[in-house]
Amino acid sequence: MDIFIQQLINGLTTGSVYAVVALGYTMVYGVIQLINFAHGEVVMIGAMVAFSVIVSLAGSGLPPLAIVACGIIAAIPSCMIIGYFLERVAYRPLRHAPRLAPLITAIGMSIILQHLALLVWGRNPIAFPQIIDNPSFAIGGASITGVQIAIILLCFAMMAALTWFVFRTKFGIAIRATAEDVRVAGLMGINANAVIAATFVIGAALGAIAGVMFGTYYGIVHYTMGFILGLKAFCAAVLGGIGNIAGAMVGGILLGLVEAMATGYIGEITDLCRWPGGGTSFLVERCADGGNFVLFGSNYQDVFAFLVLILVLVFRPSGLLGERVAERA
Amino acid sequence: MANFITSLDKKNKLGLALIAVALIVLPFVLASAGTAWVRILNFAILYVFLALGLNIVVGFAGLLDLGYIAFYAVGAYVYALLASPHFGLHLPFWVIIPIGAAVACVAGMVLGAPTLKLRGDYLAIVTLGFGEIVRVFMNNLSNPINVTNGPKGITLIDSFKIGSFDLGKSDVFGGLIFSGPIKYYYLLLIVLLAVIVINKRLQDSRIGRAWVAIREDEVAAKAAGINTRNIKLLAFAMGASFGGIAGGMFAAIQGFVSPESFVLTESTMILAMVVLGGMGNIWGVIAGALLLSFVPELLRYTVQPVQEALFGHAIIEPEVLRMLIFGIALVLTMRFMPAGLWPEARHRREMEAKREGKK
Amino acid sequence: MSATINEVLMEARGVGKRFGGVQALKDVSLTIRRNEIYGLIGPNGAGKTTFFNVLTGLYQRDDGDVLFEGNVLNLTSPHEVARVGIARTFQNIRLFGNMTAMENVMVGRHVRTHQNVIGAIFRTKAERAEEAAIRRRAEELLHYVGVADRAQDLAKNLSYGDQRRLEIARALATDPKLLALDEPAAGMNATETAGLRTLIEGVRADGLTVLLIEHDVKLVMGLCDRVAVLDYGQKIAEDVPAVVRANPKVIEAYIGTSTH
Repeated sequence: MDIFIQQLINGLTTGSVYAVVALGYTMVYGVIQLINFAHGEVVMIGAMVAFSVIVSLAGSGLPPLAIVACGIIAAIPSCMIIGYFLERVAYRPLRHAPRLAPLITAIGMSIILQHLALLVWGRNPIAFPQIIDNPSFAIGGASITGVQIAIILLCFAMMAALTWFVFRTKFGIAIRATAEDVRVAGLMGINANAVIAATFVIGAALGAIAGVMFGTYYGIVHYTMGFILGLKAFCAAVLGGIGNIAGAMVGGILLGLVEAMATGYIGEITDLCRWPGGGTSFLVERCADGGNFVLFGSNYQDVFAFLVLILVLVFRPSGLLGERVAERA
Repeated sequence: MANFITSLDKKNKLGLALIAVALIVLPFVLASAGTAWVRILNFAILYVFLALGLNIVVGFAGLLDLGYIAFYAVGAYVYALLASPHFGLHLPFWVIIPIGAAVACVAGMVLGAPTLKLRGDYLAIVTLGFGEIVRVFMNNLSNPINVTNGPKGITLIDSFKIGSFDLGKSDVFGGLIFSGPIKYYYLLLIVLLAVIVINKRLQDSRIGRAWVAIREDEVAAKAAGINTRNIKLLAFAMGASFGGIAGGMFAAIQGFVSPESFVLTESTMILAMVVLGGMGNIWGVIAGALLLSFVPELLRYTVQPVQEALFGHAIIEPEVLRMLIFGIALVLTMRFMPAGLWPEARHRREMEAKREGKK
Repeated sequence: MSATINEVLMEARGVGKRFGGVQALKDVSLTIRRNEIYGLIGPNGAGKTTFFNVLTGLYQRDDGDVLFEGNVLNLTSPHEVARVGIARTFQNIRLFGNMTAMENVMVGRHVRTHQNVIGAIFRTKAERAEEAAIRRRAEELLHYVGVADRAQDLAKNLSYGDQRRLEIARALATDPKLLALDEPAAGMNATETAGLRTLIEGVRADGLTVLLIEHDVKLVMGLCDRVAVLDYGQKIAEDVPAVVRANPKVIEAYIGTSTH
């Protein structure tokens, strides 16, 4: 039970980060049906920028929260500029090209961003400096840290803010109209280019904050972190129903929980010594004295998101909250 | 092939003969500069092989496969496990290579079946994930039963042997030293020729036309009676098998496999070869693959010394520069010449037709 | 006219189709007889193309049945529809732009041919024979529709009228029993329309049945044996052109919409 609560907390933490990153994929997809492969790299760059700032301010004597805030404040505009640049330079010229073209461009941009980050920050990870003492609170037999609480609260606040923005503001309505039909939205006087650029910029800003939180949670950031984080967030978006904002949030949190639970229990579940009939000849020796024979341990953590993706695509390709995604006629 | 040769005129026959002679002599010329160059050439041919396999998927059928290297990895590990001291198995290569191809093919179908009926983007992301999963398994399947030997990889893999003739060892024929790499070069050359012929024939067949039709307009292809899901799956499975075969040869030539050889950047590099060369055009893809395989060597011998001369040390590692070049190549190609440096033959045919029309 | 003229080839019984809350088709029943040219007309948005897409397997119907040669069609994919003998063209021409005209037609033979990868790789005798047959048939069809001189040009470079004809040739390559044309005269000038008319008459003369969805009422009335009229997703008339033309409901539907 302790493991369960602990993994619930951990899953909620990573899940809310996935959810915020997934929003970046889903907003862009909702409007122009493009998977922005480079989104994960934008998130990574946000984290790298923030950590550079945080590390350089670590000895300044500023209060720790102010330092982190400075990091985030530096990361947001950096990512927004990159997001805008991506849309303007890489994707917009290809808006009427065959589908394969923007996808390949997205891959290209992802490689470019990742290796530019490598040039700027080098191969070594940047560690979060010891400026915050991270208090830990006991819940049942498990514990939740201050950082976890902050991440969960901040992510939910961002999701709430985005929902308000998209459903209650004029610009949000323009985004939803463009998502319905770019051409018609244009006829209604909506500047579709501006809306599309805005989805990139908003997604990048959210991603920047998510990147910083993800890095803070694990204590380090690295130029390759965007790939796997992006992949998982995309899985989350598909799980919830890509193009659907609520879906990205639900999918992200659910994926975080599934991943945490699977990682927490897979060792136990695949331990052949715990299986009935575990006394077969070759196992007897291994299982004696509380030994184990774990087929798959927690080192398979990165596999689960992908398995979820495959399962969703097989059984409910439109995702939990999505509309149908099969090729339109 | 026979038709092809007889249909050539005298001038072309002479040209073909010259190319053949050049290809036969090439390894000896390179060997005089160092056996390392023959190895580089061999790996370049393997890349051509891979690029042609991916071209079936991306170029012909228009399906974006971003985890192609995973099938290469599957082929390589199948060979490594069945022909090394790791399990004490030493099956002959002509048994293992088809097994590797079959395993890769099945992996491709399992992956493609759920995704191919959906939008193309899903295939891209699923293959991307698959590449990563295969790497996770290669790295971790060393416990509790040691299958892959983890990040350390598998060593002492058998070379190709036919009876007592070992492609991995040096032999002397008629006073000439045929080193291992040179022997493999000839094998690769023969295999490559076969692969080119197969690709060409597929392209000009009923199946090849169906692939291109799907790439051009899937709805129209369906209406014209093509079972698009099956035909796409076929392209995907064919591409995967090619990757599996190439992987087996890689394992034998290298004598060593580890997860390091099968990272995402390799997938992207092969994609860049196909895209830059010209999706769908066999000769363009070959040219793209050769060009990009020699880029790292080129950078090693140019950028590195130049940087050292200018700054005293290398600021940009050639490896990073290489990836940047690939990324930029992908973006610029899509933007300015989506058909690649050497566009598909029909485009060229069209150009010629126009030019003749103007005369 | 042969005795088979009254034999029913295709029949729709109470076909309905909804998109969300919109009832695009409601209880549409009609019969197409073998070897006739059957016209389907109606004002914009009447559901012509929707019906067409239901018929050719692109959409799944919500109610009713479609019978073809007496059997209920329960096909989930357009390629199966092509296999049973219904070929179609598209309102906004859908050719394989980067393939030659010849190749476009050759693709149409796919459903009637069988060679697989093995045959292609080894260029077996059977494969070569089949390939030659495909090529021959495609050449014939290009002649038939009158674009033989553009055989080696890319489809996207053909003139508009030629593209329409090429699309018909591709459809004919599937050996259909029913050729379904979705607004083939759209965007054509008078000469091109006249040529199209000759072509459609020729197709019928060769024993095929033609379903024609058209906006050009004059063409339909002059060409079709029988005509059905759709309005707001419902059939309001079905008869020989002269009768349909005099039907007050039809007049109202057309005049009613034209004053909007």
